[in-house]
Amino acid sequence: MTDIKNNEEVIMSKALYERIGGEPAVNAAVDIFYRKVLNDDRINHFFDNVDMEKQAAKQKAFLTMAFGGPHNYTGEDMRKGHAHLVKMGLDDSHFDAVVENLGATLNELNVPQELITEVVAICETTRNDVLGR
Amino acid sequence: MYKLTIEETAYFCQPDETVLDALLRENVNIPYACKKGTCHSCMVRSPDTPPPEAAQAGLKSTLKKRNHFLACLCHPEQDMVIKLPDQSEFYTEGTVVANEMLNRNTLLLIIAFKDAFEFNAGQFVNLQRPDGLTRSYSIANIPQQSNTLEFHIRRLPNGRFSEWLHDEIKVGDSIAVSEPRGHCFYLPERHEQGLLLVGTGTGLAPLAGILTDALAQGHTGPIYLFHGSREVEDLYRVDEMRQLSEQHENFQYMPCISGKHVPEGFIHGRVNDVALASLTDLKGWRIFLCGHPEMVNQMKKMTFLKGAASADIYADAFTVSPT
Repeated sequence: MTDIKNNEEVIMSKALYERIGGEPAVNAAVDIFYRKVLNDDRINHFFDNVDMEKQAAKQKAFLTMAFGGPHNYTGEDMRKGHAHLVKMGLDDSHFDAVVENLGATLNELNVPQELITEVVAICETTRNDVLGR
Repeated sequence: MYKLTIEETAYFCQPDETVLDALLRENVNIPYACKKGTCHSCMVRSPDTPPPEAAQAGLKSTLKKRNHFLACLCHPEQDMVIKLPDQSEFYTEGTVVANEMLNRNTLLLIIAFKDAFEFNAGQFVNLQRPDGLTRSYSIANIPQQSNTLEFHIRRLPNGRFSEWLHDEIKVGDSIAVSEPRGHCFYLPERHEQGLLLVGTGTGLAPLAGILTDALAQGHTGPIYLFHGSREVEDLYRVDEMRQLSEQHENFQYMPCISGKHVPEGFIHGRVNDVALASLTDLKGWRIFLCGHPEMVNQMKKMTFLKGAASADIYADAFTVSPT
């Protein structure tokens, strides 16, 4: 049973990645999204001491995942990767701000609202891991 | 099945394996993480032959030019020689042909080689003292000139290496020089693009190379060079840069002084602040940042926020080795 369910999920999420435009869509979105994040005073202090280049690669991995594309992240990776930010006070309001910036980015790129809703739903599945709960 | 050669050892890559899979199977110590081309941890180099295009997806164009590729995305199409990032370097002996002061604390050092030394203007090499002490310095000239490399060496207080170069090295001495490294250099594409060059201190060295290269290759877009220091005595090549800007209509030179005493013809302020105030929209620009790490990191972020694409920002932060 579980196998069938997982397969269905894979098929569905692959479809989203394709419908949204695959890797070219990620490439189109990554700079716009990251620029919004760095301009957002609610969350940009979390990025004060990060290396721009490494961060851009990470943002690309994040968008690929959020668009339902191939990724190797586990819940454990999400926890580890954000633990230092949780210590700095990362909470639901910051998570919401990131999702909001992602939605605005996709809006700017004229992605249909129903696809944005699917992207947001994928982000939601990571919320508890990211916030270490 | 293709052969992968690392230093003296040969490995074989099975038909369905990536280079990373093959090397991991052979217990080669290579850094990696995502295995899907995102994290760039497994980036290696193929010095002799261009790697398959698919293995360079997402890399900066200067890295592509230097045959860097991602081992996790690479299905070899021929035998390959591979250089790992931490692999020991090959040194060539050069002879010092000039050493003179550019200003009160910066030495111009020119080293000549028997054979052509291949590099891209803006790259750096490691110089090595006979006792093995090694430091990185940026190349300040362009490859077309002659078989020489030019360096600008700032004397650092208690800097063991810079003091050696300043006080002991003479014309005629030989110095060991590594292969060129780094991906902060000019590529002759998009000639009409704006170029913003920002440097502090001897950050002028790679920028001067990049500038000369861009002009020599017929770059037509606007080129702005902001060179900064605290006092005017620590700038150098001021007249030469002013002359260049008279000769080339598209080149603007902005020498900046952050200290109190600012002579006529110089701009008051920190080089990063002046540059950002002068150019408000950097969409479509190519950016080169060299020198003080704080300036470089701040400017990477600010130029990106002002519209430059992350793939168009090239940086070389000069870190000081502990003495």
